[in-house]
Amino acid sequence: MTNYYDFPDVKGHFDQYGGVFASETLMKCLNELQVAYKKYKTDEAFQSEFYYDLAHYVGRPSPLYLAKRLTQNVGGANIWLKREDLNHTGAHKINNTVGQILLAKAMGKKRIIAETGAGQHGVATATVAARLGLKCVVYMGEVDIQRQAINVYRMKLLGAEVISVKSGSKTLKDALNEAMRDWVTNVDDTFYIIGTVAGPAPYPEMVRDFNSVVGREAKKQFNKQVGGLPDAIVACVGGGSNAMGIFHAFLNDETVKLYGVEAEGKGMSTGKHAASINAGDVGVLHGNRTYVMSDEDGQIIETHSISAGLDYPGVGPEHAFLNDKGRAKYVLANDQEALNAFHLLTEVEGILPALESSHAVAYGIKLSQKLVKGKNIIVNLSGRGDKDVHTIAALEGINL
Amino acid sequence: MSRLSKKFNKLKENKQKALIPFITAGHPHPLMTVPTMHALVKNGASIIELGMPFSDPMADGAVIQQSSEEAIKKGMTLSSVLDLVSEFRENDDKTPVVLMGYLNPIEKFGYQQFVKQASESGVDALLIVDMPPEESSELLSLLNQYNLSQIFLIAPTTTRKRQQYILSKSAGFIYCVALKGVTGSNNVDYSDLSEKFNTIRSLTDLPIAIGFGVKDVNSALAVAQYGDAVVIGSALVKKLGKCKNEKEIKKTIKKFIKPISKALNKE
Repeated sequence: MTNYYDFPDVKGHFDQYGGVFASETLMKCLNELQVAYKKYKTDEAFQSEFYYDLAHYVGRPSPLYLAKRLTQNVGGANIWLKREDLNHTGAHKINNTVGQILLAKAMGKKRIIAETGAGQHGVATATVAARLGLKCVVYMGEVDIQRQAINVYRMKLLGAEVISVKSGSKTLKDALNEAMRDWVTNVDDTFYIIGTVAGPAPYPEMVRDFNSVVGREAKKQFNKQVGGLPDAIVACVGGGSNAMGIFHAFLNDETVKLYGVEAEGKGMSTGKHAASINAGDVGVLHGNRTYVMSDEDGQIIETHSISAGLDYPGVGPEHAFLNDKGRAKYVLANDQEALNAFHLLTEVEGILPALESSHAVAYGIKLSQKLVKGKNIIVNLSGRGDKDVHTIAALEGINL
Repeated sequence: MSRLSKKFNKLKENKQKALIPFITAGHPHPLMTVPTMHALVKNGASIIELGMPFSDPMADGAVIQQSSEEAIKKGMTLSSVLDLVSEFRENDDKTPVVLMGYLNPIEKFGYQQFVKQASESGVDALLIVDMPPEESSELLSLLNQYNLSQIFLIAPTTTRKRQQYILSKSAGFIYCVALKGVTGSNNVDYSDLSEKFNTIRSLTDLPIAIGFGVKDVNSALAVAQYGDAVVIGSALVKKLGKCKNEKEIKKTIKKFIKPISKALNKE
């Protein structure tokens, strides 16, 4: 049996995936980061400061909540929600930024950069930078800036400089390219807080570790409230940080089925989706080998999802690995299913999920119908939907 | 002996420095690339670095990103880059051609297939920006099999220990980046170049090419004293991007590249 905790290896590989595919200028700082992370990963003072901040600043633990009316409505297995939407700043993203900024501080870096798609990671980064008084620059695609205006303003209120990226498809991948360029240029004093489990090593491992508190809590909470282990875990996957966060504690518990939900967008046959594992090929993007959406010539293609946070043509290398191992299954939910799930959860539970998380809810509903009553599914409710209210209103032709 | 070794040996005999212009294949138009390459050679280029356009060129600045986007829009693919090299080889069997680009298109093409076809097309070396030597063993053994060189970069941030490691994996020449940042950046700090390149020189017999930040005669001369070759990229690509036809390209190259190659060869 595979021990999933043996991965990544020392060079950041999850079998053939991951690694360090970066330009030479970055190799020194990636190496420094690797060394620093290895040191602080087991440093008691660092870890206790991290957990103190998670408890008192982020508001952890987040509840594990049995969605009774949703379950009744669906008529299948019990649906539990891991309430990451209740964290400070409204999503799981803050777990990682709290961790990385402590590392930046420990390494003596003065300037923070980040990329953002939906704006959640940008807000989470700007938040922790404000708290520590560090200068913060966030790169965001021009298209995303338009569809996430509220988060852009939040970042500005928090004192961050938001730079509009106008190259390529003007979305998350281009913001990442631009942040990498900034980092190459300002490598001495700058710490790059990557928001997902992608990028060159050690990012996939580090971002996973900082988010893995989600799964550890869920495991403990489930055992306390029900006993034993849940039957399945469901989480949405763009880059895949919330999914790795909740999966990690369960990787070696093979009775617990893991489902990552990719964005099917307008449907697989239309090509307008963001399902890198389901439809992509093995390639190299943003510093790691993984599943990548590219055309027959290897050019990265534009993806589509109703949710900006899932609109990314790659996926974290550990997900690629778990897929190939058959440990996690990567399934689909389309724009309409996500919207329906958004409405249903809002109406029957009084919880507005983020559009990203709505994909997980949508698949959780499907899975609940497939499983017998009494089985238990945990859906990672990775973020709240306040940021999406304008998008949804506009889609449904409502003028606010 | 490889084209690259022959070229550098000859330059050394004549006490000359190599000028390595970089252009993006297919920019400003696929039909203009081969004439551009010949014009570069005619005006003093010793080696040609041909960019394989990629949609997400992370280590490049705005000029090369834009040239890549335009080339892709005009239909450039990896195999058409190789076709251009074959076409260039019909009339020039001496000037080494180095392909520069990113890994994903090559992953898609297949390493074996790509290296084989590149070799058949007359390519001499490969520089993959996002593939450090740690990740390159599979590709490297294929390149050796087909007698192609893999060029690696040494950055201002590369430690001495790592320089030694990179040099141990390198062939053809070593490409030293003169400044932190992306291609097309400004303001090279020439003051600390001397010590840095003396160190590299002491570690290797490979020719040293210096690039990033070279944009005219003066900046070319400033870095040339430390190395064996000077790479000029974004400044050239920017000028070529304004050319509407072959005639304008030839005129631009004569006006821009010739004075630089002349100045370098006077040394």
